[in-house]
Amino acid sequence: MSSHNHQHAHTIADDIAEKTFQDVSLCYQCGKCSAGCPVRYYMDIAPNKVVRLIQLGFYEEALKSETPWLCAGCQTCSTRCPQEFDLAKFMDAVRELALEKGVEIKHKDILKFHEAFLNQIKRFGRSYEIGLIAEYKMKTMHLMQDVDSGPDMFMKGLLEVIPHKMKDKKSVKDIFKKTAKK
Amino acid sequence: MKVGYFPGCSQTGTAKEYDISLRKVVEKLGTSFDEIKDWTCCGATSAHVTNHMLASALAMRNIMLAEQQGLDDIVAPCAACYNRLVVSQHETMTQPALKTEVEAVLDTKLNKEIKVMNLIELFQKIGKEKISENKTFDIKNIKAACYYGCLLVRPSSITHFDDAEQPSSMEELVELAGAKTVDWNYKVECCGAAHTLARRDIVLDLSKKIIDDARDHGANVLVVACPMCHSNLDMRQRAMKRAYPGHKEFPVLFLTELLGLALGMKEKELGIDKHTIEFNYKELAAEKAAV
Repeated sequence: MSSHNHQHAHTIADDIAEKTFQDVSLCYQCGKCSAGCPVRYYMDIAPNKVVRLIQLGFYEEALKSETPWLCAGCQTCSTRCPQEFDLAKFMDAVRELALEKGVEIKHKDILKFHEAFLNQIKRFGRSYEIGLIAEYKMKTMHLMQDVDSGPDMFMKGLLEVIPHKMKDKKSVKDIFKKTAKK
Repeated sequence: MKVGYFPGCSQTGTAKEYDISLRKVVEKLGTSFDEIKDWTCCGATSAHVTNHMLASALAMRNIMLAEQQGLDDIVAPCAACYNRLVVSQHETMTQPALKTEVEAVLDTKLNKEIKVMNLIELFQKIGKEKISENKTFDIKNIKAACYYGCLLVRPSSITHFDDAEQPSSMEELVELAGAKTVDWNYKVECCGAAHTLARRDIVLDLSKKIIDDARDHGANVLVVACPMCHSNLDMRQRAMKRAYPGHKEFPVLFLTELLGLALGMKEKELGIDKHTIEFNYKELAAEKAAV
């Protein structure tokens, strides 16, 4: 937790600390994370600089960044950090806060993929690929994407027509209900 | 010996052959699975990048079921599921506030830590020597690039498994099965993972680098232990050929399929015929002889 005094208002940095169990001030900006990041060159801001924005209180800039959405979550950064700052987890929290604060997400397709994926889980308890692909395509209107591999996978029995339902679907629906953002 | 089994969603769909080959190999080595009854998705990438409570609760529902079923250890053959289960359990059991919240969501008390194993740890538990003891088919013409991907060895502070930068535990199993392994650079590089639908360009770029590096170091097969890695590296090669003209097909096997071959099972029996890039050991050996 950040060392705030009693006048200090609850900040985005505090939210991040609560969600990630670590203080953002741990990072001393060596840049090792960005040097080893496999998707750095697709990002608008280097990963260590997103941390810096939060450290300095530029919350809006950090939450609007494309970087957290392009992060593949591979944890190379977290593994190599000399301060043992879990940057991958930090990126999770920045994404979550961007959604909570209603910031406009530039990478809409990535968000739509996650929404479509979670909708299958909510419905069936397990991932359902045909449902996921159909919902993703409808949300993004990328209707022709992956028409090359779909039929082949279907013929090989890798795409199930009927979703694998688990029995106690209510318990999964309850999890979604109880953890839904207000 | 009986081991708890968390299949994960891919195992019932796009990576069915991983499930088929895993069950056959494990049975051959004298172990059986006790599948977690009515398991759910671990939450995968989509939960932990958007809602940390949802991610913790979905993963912990499975740990809760394992506890209720009396299991002490479970194997999660998908590296991504493994990572989610291990991390969620660690966080839930070490952060009292989170534990209270997860227990409220699941309407239960979580008492016991379950040992979650990845695929390699499973074979270490079964006994590595059983692989060489039960080997009936010579696969010496396979030169494998063992690909761990990002999540099999991470986060090392929680998994304490192998070396996070230079792992070697998969090579050990592959060599015990009678294949050769190569030294290469992209063992733990990311394949692009969950970007497979929304940012296919990133996946093709990262996955092609992995395949090229394996080939450049003399490998003729990539060996993986994750259905996400397999789908990006195998199924995506068709799109890769369009994006990168000149790309040459490269076979990608699950570790369990390679072990199955050494244990005398045929390609079809192991589900290898379901792959996008064809693999047949006899053809590989014949090609090698012709060179």
